[in-house]
Amino acid sequence: MKVWLLFLVIAAGTFLLRFSVIALWGKLGTAPDSIERGLRFIPPAVLSALVLPAVATSNGHVDIGPRTAAGVVAALVAWKTRSVFFTIVAGMGALWILQAL
Amino acid sequence: MAPILLGIVPFGLIAGISAVSVGLSPLHGVGMSILVFAGASQLAALQLIGRDAPFLVVAATALIINARFVMYSASLAPHFDGASTGRKALLAYLLTDQAYAFSIRRYAERDETVLARLSYYLGAAITLWVTWQISTAVGAFVGTSIPDAWSLDFAIPLVFIALLVPAIRDRADGVAAGIAAVLAVLLVGLPYNLGLPLAATTGIVAGIIVERIPS
Repeated sequence: MKVWLLFLVIAAGTFLLRFSVIALWGKLGTAPDSIERGLRFIPPAVLSALVLPAVATSNGHVDIGPRTAAGVVAALVAWKTRSVFFTIVAGMGALWILQAL
Repeated sequence: MAPILLGIVPFGLIAGISAVSVGLSPLHGVGMSILVFAGASQLAALQLIGRDAPFLVVAATALIINARFVMYSASLAPHFDGASTGRKALLAYLLTDQAYAFSIRRYAERDETVLARLSYYLGAAITLWVTWQISTAVGAFVGTSIPDAWSLDFAIPLVFIALLVPAIRDRADGVAAGIAAVLAVLLVGLPYNLGLPLAATTGIVAGIIVERIPS
């Protein structure tokens, strides 16, 4: 994998997404409402599509195990505390305990 | 600002550590943070690199995650009206979830000059940038000495869980997240990790449809 090229492609694309409306402001009309409505769902949809396979599958198969349980613990802590720090601490702690059992 | 920075530091450490744990060099970790400067997409890209996903899938996934910046760009654009193009480019490079949330709250509270708005945004955004770069660099350089038995790769989904939970605010968000999650598991065997973009896109469409149904 050409890692630096990959980083440059992601960086350039990300910059254009950030710059898009700031750069074009005043030069174009406003964006259609439907686009903005769709963008709203990107974080919940993409993040959950990343999370569930990481905690409930391994090597391409469903695998309910310590990582699943630790993920549930982390989700509860995230919900209660809204803290990245405590979510990581709780999730890693739960995983280490379950792996040691 | 302090509680925001407290959330950034572990996130940045994990981004640095993850770069090394998927087999890249510490320099890759640092370079990625400076070039991309968008944590969730960096972690997603690293997770996919670790699974040997092809170039296009990694790039597309990272950019889908960052498409939300268009929303922030649209929301901030009127406040940055009047700045030079070069200045706007700098403001855009520094745009993050946190800098956006922090500034837009202030702009709603006070009616200030463009210069004051830009200064406020830059103050927050640069603080976030410096904190992010230092924490990823520390993570990348200590990452090499962390044993595999600690299962620190698991910190990536944990960061995503911490970002996901507050992103679900209503029924439509919940449906988008639920459908994307279930499909991502069902499609996990697809080649090239294509299940991820397919599941996420279906979730987004489902969210839009649900939002249109009056409750």
